[in-house]
Amino acid sequence: MAERSFAKEVQKLKKGEGETFTGEGILAITKALLENGVGYVGGYQGSPISHLMDVLADSQEILTELGVHFEASASEATATAMLAASVHYPIRGAVTYKSVVGTNVASDALSNLASGGVTGGALIIVGEDYGEGSSIMQERTYAFAMKSQVWMLDPRPNLPSIVKAVGDSFEMSEISNTPVMLQVGIRSCHVHGHFTASDNKRPQMNVSEALENPKRDLQRIVLPPATYIHEEEKLTKRLPAAQKFIIDKQINERFGTPSGKVGIILQGGTYNTVIRALNRLGLADLYGDTNVDMLVLNCVYPLVPDQILDFCEGKDAVLIVEEGQPNYVEQQIAHMLYQSGKSVKLEGKGILPMGGEYTGQVMVDGLGDFFSQHAPAMLPVAKVTTNEQPISIPDLSKSLPARPPGFCTGCPERPIFAATKLVEEELGEHHIASDIGCHLFSIMPPFDLGATTMGFGLGPASASAFHNADKKGRRSISFVGDGGFWHNGLTSSVGNAVFNKNDNVIVIVDNFYSAATGGQDILSSRADNPTKQTQNSIVDACKGMGVKWIRQIDRTYDVTKMRDTLKEALTTEAEGPKVIVASSECMLNKQRRVKPQMAKAAKDGKRVVRPRFGVDEDICTGDHACMRLSGCPSLSVKDTGDPLRDDPVAAIDQTCVGCGNCGEVADAAVLCPSFFQAEIITNPSNFEKRRASRTGKIIAWLQTRRDAKRVAFA
Amino acid sequence: MNIQTKPLVARRSPGPDGEKIITLAALAVGGQGGGVLTNWIVAVAEANGYRAQSTSVAGVAQRTGATIYYIEMCRDTGRMPVFSLSPSIGDVDILMASELMEGGRAIMRGFVTPGRTTLITSTHRIAAVSEKIVPGDGRFDETDVYEAMGIAADQLVAFDMETVAKKAGSVISSSLLGALAGSGALPFERSSFEDIIRASGRGVDASLRAFGDAYDIAKGDKPAPQPQTAADLPVPVLNVPKHLKASWSALEKRIIALPLEVQEMTGLGIKKVVDYQDVTYGHQYLDMVEKSVTLDTAPYEMSANAAKYCARALCYDDLLRVADIKTRASRFARVKDEVVVKDDQVLHLTEYFHPRYEEFTTTLPRALGQFMQKRKGVEAFYTKHFDKGRRIRTDSLSGYLSLWLVSSLRPIRRKLLRHDSEMTHANAWFDTAMDVAKTDTALASEVLANYRLIKGYSDTHVRGMSKFARIMQSIDLLKGRPDAADWMRRLRTAALDDVEGDKLDGALETIKSFAG
Repeated sequence: MAERSFAKEVQKLKKGEGETFTGEGILAITKALLENGVGYVGGYQGSPISHLMDVLADSQEILTELGVHFEASASEATATAMLAASVHYPIRGAVTYKSVVGTNVASDALSNLASGGVTGGALIIVGEDYGEGSSIMQERTYAFAMKSQVWMLDPRPNLPSIVKAVGDSFEMSEISNTPVMLQVGIRSCHVHGHFTASDNKRPQMNVSEALENPKRDLQRIVLPPATYIHEEEKLTKRLPAAQKFIIDKQINERFGTPSGKVGIILQGGTYNTVIRALNRLGLADLYGDTNVDMLVLNCVYPLVPDQILDFCEGKDAVLIVEEGQPNYVEQQIAHMLYQSGKSVKLEGKGILPMGGEYTGQVMVDGLGDFFSQHAPAMLPVAKVTTNEQPISIPDLSKSLPARPPGFCTGCPERPIFAATKLVEEELGEHHIASDIGCHLFSIMPPFDLGATTMGFGLGPASASAFHNADKKGRRSISFVGDGGFWHNGLTSSVGNAVFNKNDNVIVIVDNFYSAATGGQDILSSRADNPTKQTQNSIVDACKGMGVKWIRQIDRTYDVTKMRDTLKEALTTEAEGPKVIVASSECMLNKQRRVKPQMAKAAKDGKRVVRPRFGVDEDICTGDHACMRLSGCPSLSVKDTGDPLRDDPVAAIDQTCVGCGNCGEVADAAVLCPSFFQAEIITNPSNFEKRRASRTGKIIAWLQTRRDAKRVAFA
Repeated sequence: MNIQTKPLVARRSPGPDGEKIITLAALAVGGQGGGVLTNWIVAVAEANGYRAQSTSVAGVAQRTGATIYYIEMCRDTGRMPVFSLSPSIGDVDILMASELMEGGRAIMRGFVTPGRTTLITSTHRIAAVSEKIVPGDGRFDETDVYEAMGIAADQLVAFDMETVAKKAGSVISSSLLGALAGSGALPFERSSFEDIIRASGRGVDASLRAFGDAYDIAKGDKPAPQPQTAADLPVPVLNVPKHLKASWSALEKRIIALPLEVQEMTGLGIKKVVDYQDVTYGHQYLDMVEKSVTLDTAPYEMSANAAKYCARALCYDDLLRVADIKTRASRFARVKDEVVVKDDQVLHLTEYFHPRYEEFTTTLPRALGQFMQKRKGVEAFYTKHFDKGRRIRTDSLSGYLSLWLVSSLRPIRRKLLRHDSEMTHANAWFDTAMDVAKTDTALASEVLANYRLIKGYSDTHVRGMSKFARIMQSIDLLKGRPDAADWMRRLRTAALDDVEGDKLDGALETIKSFAG
């Protein structure tokens, strides 16, 4: 039950030799896996790699045909541990997860895997979430490659290069018995392009055959004395093999004229931005032909010293283009140059900013400075002097409202936070620990609830320090999503609270999916799933962990019940963690399923009820108290056009899905009687039609009788 | 030895055969169909022998937040150009924005460059949360954005594309595509755009209609939809039954006797007041307006305010008023129109009420109400059993009749407890204003406008009353100052600006400091 059906994309995975594949980068990677005889695939969803998981989840037919095993791993650690299948057996495996945050979780398994080494190719596809549109802390995954001595490819951001990199990664992994990371940026994952497909290949050995004839080798297991041999192998066998592979297979590419007095060494992923900047400076044409000597590192770890030194030979200055900090590549190259006594001037962070996304403007400014300082003659005159006066554009920074992400229309999590807000109005403010997922949007107006987020599934864990000496004193409230709960929160948050007799309140926000990442199914999803066992109860799991005080709320839109339950949890004498499981389906996914169904039913003449809410503008006084407890995109303000009134009144537009939150909040907080629920019934039963027209006539009679007796202006 | 002082001229250079890369960035609010629009544009380019690349940023950070889609295309010369993956400052040929402020954001981020960028933006507004939660009117002013558009855009196509799409029964991505095609910024025929929409297979007819309307508007062959002015809002109709014609014209005579500047507002006020209660109440209202006129001089600004806010003060929102509005034929018509109920459909209408003990007691006759208010036992019983949300179906007879009965108490409204407190409060406010008017009509006019703070129900109402009271206390401090009226207005704006009233406290402190 992913957010959108991927039937169209699944068909593209069937493309054969010579056919043109058209689609997004992440889908091209999925196809490349099948073309390279992958035996099993796993991973954990998160932008920008979610689509790989979503499409494979829908392509059971192709996978069984090729004998490929696919599963949605419980976490990134599980996914990386799954690569153990490639330690003893020559099976190619691939897993994917979201850059830094995924690799953090996976790093334990990654170290073990990298130590023992692999036989079959082990590929880790990492979606780097850096710069514009990112939703995580700004760090680089590169550090993990250096720490565990895992190789990392960062191909040029076009489909042919990315697909070639998948094949190269598997070969490199097998030749050097080392897992390989393929790093693809947000925009490379979602770049629309084409490449020439080849036939999908069955894996050399599939997982069933491996089971049938198990193999083991004490030397590959991470336990002394083998661990010291592993380290020795890394330095003397695997690293040289990888570096030889990079040279032999020309993984890194050379552009421009080698005899240039200046040169650029750049990460593969920044290639398009560098070429565009050179084009804007008149140093490259729009096909990338240039005189500037460039070494494109499609493999950013390991570097090959000879290749680097050879490139710098005879140059006055070299610029390193490496996005993000710290500048690992620049430090390694500086070390090589110093050790070999080279006198070439090394530029990098300084001319280019230490941190932040390398946008077009950043690159033009940086390259402009570099060439002006070290090769001014190369810059065409037209580019340097200009008599154009820049036109000053008025500063709009104070005239634009910020538009941070927020809950969708009809979101089931909005009433949970409206209720929390009402509890705080009664009992005062509490320490609130947030987690990662849509519920993190509570930290923004209008709710402003939440002090910290420490990672996925770690909301309650981050409140574990708080033990109130006064048993009747204030407790903390911590939130965790159903996705975070199953990922690790079950033990790291709930189990820990039980074990350490923590008295605080834990709210598990259950919207039936891993919603923020695109609505993938999880253990507690309510939908039936052919390949997954869903409908496992969170309440039972918590009871299994020893939680005594636990409440299940099945309709989060009941703001009054939500508020009273939360208040009870904060005030009850009971000891131990108080857990509230608030469950209602993510509205975005629900509408994607329900809307077509309703449209079809209506067309087929069945009785269909379309709920919608509205506001009586004559009763609304324009104080917007309802907005301060909602923030729903469909509840907005409008002018009444009545000169007697000053402020805009509340109004609900046609995008309303009739979830009831605004009405329930107006009722629970006793705000105002302006809200009404309209249920529009298509194909009503004859009885309904008769009753409606009969009641209508009586009401009309009453109305005309009253209007005959008074002056009315309406 | 940095020889260049001015920024470099960093404009893209064309290919050897003169072919140029066209860059197009689209700013949209998450969930507005930006992806559909992007795919359509790429498909049109590829259908016309262009190579095209698009990038988007999907993920949680885009849920109802601002997000960017980026497209580059170039005439196919046999070689694949190196397309950039994201827009850069000063290098965007076409910038599409699906909402007015997102158009402004594109300008602020440097994506709209004079002499280069065609800006295609919808002018409708989607209010951001920060604009909606302010007690007063928190919506951002639009003039700065329009002014910046005029300066920054080389060519500007701006009209309300949301309304164009809604009228055609489609979504904004279709009208945006039509505006793009009509702007002539892309070298492709209208028909190739339409072929792509036909191929997309979902809601094709509606999309084609929206596309066509937007295309014609962008070309200038069709007028853009005008913003909804007061003129075309459903105008309430005055209905005066025969036996009341005489008493109604008596009121009209008194209005005509008023100064011209006051007649229009009083005309509206009288209709609201008489509709709220009866003709006698109308006369009470006119007494107040006339009193204000006697203390006022041309151009009678104070009296216009008196006419406006006395009408508001007299028509307080009690249970009777709410029940009366919810049982009117005009209200049912408006609801049916707003939620789009066709003739063959049936409407179930559920009202959300939560009357508390206070609303219950204040709707009782004065003596009984005061007696009940003292009985804490009864209040506890009521709160335990009756103080909960009510769901009343006004499309069903029983539900409708319950509200009908409540609103039929209108004739005895003057005897109810609520009327008592409201009248004392309103008269106190009005008398204070008239007293001030003797010396400073400008200050008095602002005192009258302070009634804007009284709104809302239950605790919002209470909070509004307390802010109102604190401002009224400052009148003595301000009296006699030439800038008293300005200070009073500043106090009121501060009170309207935030909920807790911190800004109001600050303003009051400053007044106490110099007027003390």
